[in-house]
Amino acid sequence: MTVVLVFLAVIAVIIAWWLAQQRLASKPWLEVGHLHDHRSVEPVPAAKIGLAVFLAVVGALFTLFISAYFMRMASSDWSPLPLPRFLWINTGILALSSVTLHWAKLEAERQNDEAARTSLLVAFAAGLAFLVGQLFAWRALSSAGYLLTSSPANSFFYMLTAMHGLHIVGGLAALGRVTLRTWDAPIDHRSRLAIGLCATYWHFMLAVWLVLFALFSGWANDVVDLCRQLLT
Amino acid sequence: MVDVRSGIGEAVPPAEVEDVELYHPHSWWTRYVFSQDAKVIAIQYAMTAIAIGMVALVLSWLMRLQLGFPDTFTFIDAERYYQFITMHGMIMVIYLLTALFLGGFGNYLIPLMVGARDMVFPYANMLSYWIYLVAVLVLVASFFAPGGPTGAGWTLYPPQAILSNTPGGKDWGIILMLSSLIIFIIGFTMGGLNYVVTVLQGRARGMTLMRMPLTVWGIVTATVMALLAFPALFVACVMMLFDRLLGTSFFMPAIAEMGEQLQYGGGSPILFQHLFWFFGHPEVYIVALPAFGIVSDLISTHARKNIFGYRMMVWAIVVIGGLSMVVWAHHMYVSGMNPYFGFFFATTTLIIAVPTAIKVYNWVLTLWRGNIHLTLPMLFALAFIVTFVNGGLTGLFLGNVVVDVPLSDTMFVVAHFHMVMGVAPILVIFGAIYHWYPKITGRMLNEALGQLHFWITFLGSYAIFFPMHYVGLVGVPRRYHDLGEAAFVPESVHSLNAFISVAALIVGAAQIVFLFNLVWSLRHGREAGGNPWRATTLEWQTPETPPPHGNWGKELPVVYRWAYDYSVPGAPEDFIPQNQPAPGRVSHEAAS
Repeated sequence: MTVVLVFLAVIAVIIAWWLAQQRLASKPWLEVGHLHDHRSVEPVPAAKIGLAVFLAVVGALFTLFISAYFMRMASSDWSPLPLPRFLWINTGILALSSVTLHWAKLEAERQNDEAARTSLLVAFAAGLAFLVGQLFAWRALSSAGYLLTSSPANSFFYMLTAMHGLHIVGGLAALGRVTLRTWDAPIDHRSRLAIGLCATYWHFMLAVWLVLFALFSGWANDVVDLCRQLLT
Repeated sequence: MVDVRSGIGEAVPPAEVEDVELYHPHSWWTRYVFSQDAKVIAIQYAMTAIAIGMVALVLSWLMRLQLGFPDTFTFIDAERYYQFITMHGMIMVIYLLTALFLGGFGNYLIPLMVGARDMVFPYANMLSYWIYLVAVLVLVASFFAPGGPTGAGWTLYPPQAILSNTPGGKDWGIILMLSSLIIFIIGFTMGGLNYVVTVLQGRARGMTLMRMPLTVWGIVTATVMALLAFPALFVACVMMLFDRLLGTSFFMPAIAEMGEQLQYGGGSPILFQHLFWFFGHPEVYIVALPAFGIVSDLISTHARKNIFGYRMMVWAIVVIGGLSMVVWAHHMYVSGMNPYFGFFFATTTLIIAVPTAIKVYNWVLTLWRGNIHLTLPMLFALAFIVTFVNGGLTGLFLGNVVVDVPLSDTMFVVAHFHMVMGVAPILVIFGAIYHWYPKITGRMLNEALGQLHFWITFLGSYAIFFPMHYVGLVGVPRRYHDLGEAAFVPESVHSLNAFISVAALIVGAAQIVFLFNLVWSLRHGREAGGNPWRATTLEWQTPETPPPHGNWGKELPVVYRWAYDYSVPGAPEDFIPQNQPAPGRVSHEAAS
């Protein structure tokens, strides 16, 4: 459970940093009048904050899965599974998707609607291709005899990739909606915000995938071992 | 007086808060059923939670009948008894308390108290309720599924939860239970995002964090904790579903059942316990923190006095919220963990007593020389303080490893947690309903019926749970269908058990009075007016009662002061609403 404690510590630091700016030591009973409200004139859109909170929840979810992974790994029946080379390509596709989405965001901000639309479509297609690639990876593994129940490492691999895939499906639904909305209408303030949110979500899911990939390939273990040695 | 720089009283236009684009309902269906109005969603949440809570109440009756009068009711066999225990616990903790405090009171009070028109994501808010309803229906479905609901205990510990001798283990029971929890968590996340972001971004002009009523502080801190803790339950449920349905071995060790070796091997039941209690302990405070907040407001309003140590109360809520995320393993002292871990978790557990004690002192000091009105909400608030102190003190016993080990899994633990997170929060819920019912419906609840309800519930729950401590100290284990002829169980325990059961039946029946009151007062209650308790917080200052869609009419309120200006010297009345401007330059000069 150390992993999740580290995650909690990060969240706690963010919350503490934010609270520190909220004048928690002020004496509200002495302050009458509206001038004590120091919020900025241009508030951050609620959707942005909403996404940030949601990503914290998703982060907690995957961190807990990873905690469980490390705890289960300690038992004697653990045997890592060989990762199909296919996954490298998938990782590249997801990274491509993330980059094009970021590009779409920049183009939308520069008001190059046509370019933004094209890159949205490319990002969507790449996201879809990633999912298909993951299915191929599953098939390659299961036909090589690495079934869900044959070892705990396999179980974790299938479960975590499925969990990640489901989050990508949800992201694709949102991305699809934004793409459709911007297709025959000029990209206005709302659509720009939506594209930006999709890009943030996509970067986050890419980061989650990179962590999971490092976990499955065993590098994460080396890092953890290193940390353990440094600590003891 | 220092730091009164801006007593200037002219009203200013509410400019800074982004007005939510409201979806205006056009038909009966979108107004009352598929409504995006937080107030309607709150009532839907509350009614569903109370309805499923009544089921759990009946289950507790059945359990008490068996414990008080063993061998009398033959239809309560061991298997059914375990199913009743499990469903009673799960429903009460998650589907009643969590849903009612956060989904019910959170939805109703947050937008009104911070001066917003609605939640920031009304559509997700509506989905949140309907997904919650689906979760409840899936849960109810398990009563009718072949094999009945799961009987694994509310903690659902593997491996027994999915073995065939546990009721529902190899049938539908456990599958429906886990699915229902997963659905609940998805729905809750949608609502929880709303509660947090509304408090962050939806506050009216002038509503700084330190001017928020403690109710909002309690609810939003609990929501943040729930958003971080519920994923642990989600992970545990998903992994157990994999074990049960697909044959993986996340939690299942190599195990033989009825002389037959199962296909599982190598899994770790302790892993489940960690995940479960990583959620399970914050859950206690997810229920307690909103109760703390609400009780602070009830006491301040009905004692006509500002809350004592407001800043300390806020800090205590935040500190309790933070600490309670790192105490989970005190539920696992007997799981064979490293003694150093036990020491760590015992320490964090006992440290929580400090901010909690601060809160209790502050409530008492708020009452000190206050102008106490013994209204129904106040009675319930006072009852809460007493009950919470009782339950909290036994918690200090159980937090110590050496005391916990012999008491673990006895009725003492059952008595402890029913006092501290069963009776105490429920008393707050009742108090809060008596307090805010006039705002929700425009009419007061009947006072005489309320008094009857209060005294039976308050005294009755002590009749139930005080003797139970003794039963536990004698060593009577929890979760036993039948004590049989155990030599260490004296005759007095059997008489006590019968007494407890009779008390439980009476207290349960008293809730019918409450439900009747809710319905009867809807038409026949005394007209309440907009602010019957003469309270300061914004929800009592709405132009109409009950507040219409959009809450505030044309203009959002502007907040000029904190939430506890009661009995201010020199003020014409004994309360000053939060949206009342300062009386102008006169006070400005007087102050400086």
